[in-house]
Amino acid sequence: MSVKVNSLTKKYGAQHAVDDVSFEARSGEVLGFLGPNGAGKTTTMKILTCFIPQTEGTATVCGYDTAEEPMKVRERIGYLPEHNPLYKDMYVREYLTFVAGLHKLPNKKNRIADMIEMTGLGREQKKQIGALSKGYRQRVGLAQAMLHDPEVLILDEPTSGLDPNQLVDIRALIKEIGKTKTVIFSTHIMQEVQAICDRVLIINRGKLVANDSIDILRQRASGKTTITVQFLEKIGMAQLRNIPDATHIEALSDNQWKITTTKTHDIRPKIFKFAVENGLTLIEMRQDVQSVEDVFQTLTRRET
Amino acid sequence: MYSIFKKEINLFFSSLIGYIAIGVFLVLTGMVMWVFPQSNVLDYGYATMDGFFRAAPYILMILIPAITMRSFAEERQTGTIELLVTRPLSDLSIIMGKYLACLLLVVIAVLPTLVYYYTIRTLGDPAGNIDAGGVAGSYIGLLLLAGAFVAIGLFASAITQNQIVAFVLAVLLSLTLYEAFGELSKLPIFFAKSDDIVDKIGIGYHYTSISKGKIDSRDVIYFLSIIAAFVAMTKVALGARKW
Repeated sequence: MSVKVNSLTKKYGAQHAVDDVSFEARSGEVLGFLGPNGAGKTTTMKILTCFIPQTEGTATVCGYDTAEEPMKVRERIGYLPEHNPLYKDMYVREYLTFVAGLHKLPNKKNRIADMIEMTGLGREQKKQIGALSKGYRQRVGLAQAMLHDPEVLILDEPTSGLDPNQLVDIRALIKEIGKTKTVIFSTHIMQEVQAICDRVLIINRGKLVANDSIDILRQRASGKTTITVQFLEKIGMAQLRNIPDATHIEALSDNQWKITTTKTHDIRPKIFKFAVENGLTLIEMRQDVQSVEDVFQTLTRRET
Repeated sequence: MYSIFKKEINLFFSSLIGYIAIGVFLVLTGMVMWVFPQSNVLDYGYATMDGFFRAAPYILMILIPAITMRSFAEERQTGTIELLVTRPLSDLSIIMGKYLACLLLVVIAVLPTLVYYYTIRTLGDPAGNIDAGGVAGSYIGLLLLAGAFVAIGLFASAITQNQIVAFVLAVLLSLTLYEAFGELSKLPIFFAKSDDIVDKIGIGYHYTSISKGKIDSRDVIYFLSIIAAFVAMTKVALGARKW
């Protein structure tokens, strides 16, 4: 396990910013960290990067305890803080050279050239950081985080404020890195989680409310499936009740219906058989996939 | 530590900060030495640099806080401090990197004033009629004084995000330590030799003492303690995020 967090708690006065959170992350895994604002995502990340200490519990990175061996942890972690702080009056190359010096990297020049290539900074590498657009600054932020080839990457909202094209690029980059390293990143954007994460942690009011793969999460949150059907003929509610396992039926128009089931197996074959047996023409049948967005809302609202 | 030191030095000289600091110091001390009617050495008639060494602390008292005010305050304001302290280097090496960079800038500003020494030495009648030992002692005193002011400035910068607050606080602390204790000791409220003790708490007493050309280990230890104390307090301020 490259990251292991065990009943981590951070208190600010009487308030629990992080409350008894435990999770693990393997290398080659992209872990999405989801939660409303102020849920404790950033605090957890700050503890992992040894910026602030926890009140209780333990956190280890690559086997090193963040409280006991912070220097070893820091060598193995790449960090992109929220809002991506940078020295605006430094030049891109100058900044990366500075960071390489802090990590005492051998072969600085090659490594920096590789990073610039990897993050697509080539065209902007001679510019002052303050003169870069937000997307390119984000790339500089990623470049400094990955420069020393860390085993664990912690990215706090790496994609906030980017345009759609930049989003795609950065996501692809994160996914690529995630193949060999451990990536933990936080976001508000659910599609992003669907697009690049292997596993999702949802945190709300400091407590971990979910720690699952996305598919499992969808099922767990709703526990029901909704199917929209449309027949060519007009048909009454009473007749539809004959469909086995349909727990709830709702009319959308006189020939369009919404059928809900709490059963875990697929009831679509049964609906099709029902139509055949009753001589109905089925012209549409669509299973509504619950998005992670709904899951997120259910999980984070339920607690409040 | 070296990376931090190099970054700070680069920043001084890639922006105007470095050149302005050096320029201002040289213009002001040059005025005091050669132009101002109250203090210029030509009218005074004695081959000494006393005027320069009397004025320099007051100039440094303003100049050094201006140099140090951004070092931590700006990093905290922009959030870059978070990236800095999560690197594999200790808080102390961050502080010392910045400390040495600021001190080096002050030294670079002070160095050209050696020309004043050479000038007065040459102008002296007979030539060479200057208390070389006294001047050497005074330069050492000035260096120690600058070291103390830089430490005070860094501390002030580390406890706030606002550069102006850092500046004002550093000036106030420097002035208090340099001047206030000596003045307070003159109040007629002290019995026996307690006024002496109050005087010795201040930087001014020790600076004057070294300036006489007699390098007393007690004065040197005093300055080193002040520097160590403020560096330690800066470390505490930087570590305050962990509270």
